[in-house]
Amino acid sequence: MTLEEILQVLETTGVDAAPADHPTKGVHVEAWVPTERLREVAQALRDREFLIEDVIGVDAAPEMMVVYHFHRLEGGCRVRLRVRTDRESPRVPTIQDIFPGASWHEREQHDFYGVEFEGHPDLSPLILPEDAGDLRPLRKNEKKLKSLDDIVPPPAHQGEAS
Amino acid sequence: MIPRPDPTLETLVLNMGPQHPSTHGVLRVVLKLDGEYVLEAHPVIGYGHRMHEKMGEVRNVSGFYANVGRMDYAGALSFGHGHVLAVERMLGIEVPPRAEYIRVITTELNRIASHLLWFGAFLLDLGAFTPILYSFDDREYILDLLEHVTGARLTFSYFRVGGVNRDLDERFIQGTRVFIRRMRSRFEAYHKLVTGNVIFRKRVEGVGIISPDMIRKYGATGPVARGSGIPYDIRRVEPYSVYSELDFDIPTFPEGDCFARYRVRLAEMEQSLRIVEQALDRLPDGSVMAEKVPRKLKLGPGEVYQAVEAARGELGYYLAGDGTDVPYRLKIRPPSYSNLSLLNELASGVLLADLVAIMGSLDLVIPEIDR
Repeated sequence: MTLEEILQVLETTGVDAAPADHPTKGVHVEAWVPTERLREVAQALRDREFLIEDVIGVDAAPEMMVVYHFHRLEGGCRVRLRVRTDRESPRVPTIQDIFPGASWHEREQHDFYGVEFEGHPDLSPLILPEDAGDLRPLRKNEKKLKSLDDIVPPPAHQGEAS
Repeated sequence: MIPRPDPTLETLVLNMGPQHPSTHGVLRVVLKLDGEYVLEAHPVIGYGHRMHEKMGEVRNVSGFYANVGRMDYAGALSFGHGHVLAVERMLGIEVPPRAEYIRVITTELNRIASHLLWFGAFLLDLGAFTPILYSFDDREYILDLLEHVTGARLTFSYFRVGGVNRDLDERFIQGTRVFIRRMRSRFEAYHKLVTGNVIFRKRVEGVGIISPDMIRKYGATGPVARGSGIPYDIRRVEPYSVYSELDFDIPTFPEGDCFARYRVRLAEMEQSLRIVEQALDRLPDGSVMAEKVPRKLKLGPGEVYQAVEAARGELGYYLAGDGTDVPYRLKIRPPSYSNLSLLNELASGVLLADLVAIMGSLDLVIPEIDR
């Protein structure tokens, strides 16, 4: 499967994907995905034999971001999906029924950031102890918090869904 | 969901660990058993959690060198390799070829040491005591060699952004050549002692079969994926460092059982020896540190992803910078984390004794899962 085909697949799910410079970024395709389309895109990648790498939370203002990485077993196509979500009550649909491997990654980001993965059957603490409560250790305080534009330079915002 | 004991049911809830010889670290597995058969197996992790990711966000890049050696204690150099490659990718730093060759030589030696540790521990899990004495004998040579050049035996922090900490000397090069000859002559003994052993074969053949689809669903990588017939190796599918210049094979076995994973790792050790030998032959002269590395490594703004092939599979570093010298976000994707997450699906229906074989064949290092 070539890069053009992947871009086409993402386009059919209604997502604006853009090729990324692999030598400097480490990924081949980047896309901002509206929250409500995430499951559809994940299913499209699952159908095309992608492998789940990880799910990463990034705390930022005004909204925080959840990043997903996928790869194909023959290589050459690392896909990065980004989802924005509200900082106060972050909610993202789960993809753990599509990629069971996402279950632990989602629980980990729930531990660290308090992201609610809607539809996940068990968001109990995985890495943190059972009594961790609302610790959310990777949340940034006001002093450290940066704007999303400072982390992902604005050209990457182009074509995003509001 | 972790099962709770219920006296009205025929099933039994049993804790395996957190202190158990076959969990190789502090891992607890809550088992739901029907007699000797496992119905569910839920790993409980995090006992050794140190929050390396938070530490990465409060200190600059050089402050994190000490952390990279303390996640996977059996194959720590790969963690250092991924870390410096991620930063170099973000900053566009060119590394002198000699430094890159030294990184490959030491990382591959470390991979052999890691596989030797696994070999001994896996057979110990299965009740064979003697093999670990042989494998630790060989591993000791590697640790001595690595100690001579890096100054550490396990918790290496040898790689620097732009190169390596210190150059190889003649003693290391000669010692490694002697080790390569010695190690090649040892495989025959390993195969005679273990691979052909009928008791061992009965314990591992056809046990814990992982399908290629499970590999994709869970993101399992490394020898676990290659033991299911998938030639997924970052050194080949997404070449980094100087691996594209070296000639080596990616051993795969299609059966997907514990025995296939065993054979993959033994074959990989031979390939790593090939890599080390070639890299020593081609070792270029020159500096081991890039000249124009800024004192203050200002990261970003932007994100990079860097994957390397660690001893247990694909290790990923996600680095997001905001223009300061402290990373805004540093995420580590350890290979064992994904490899262990498939345990519940893999273990349902197997015998309790086979679960020990399965967990041994996954080659788990708990501190890298907990981070």
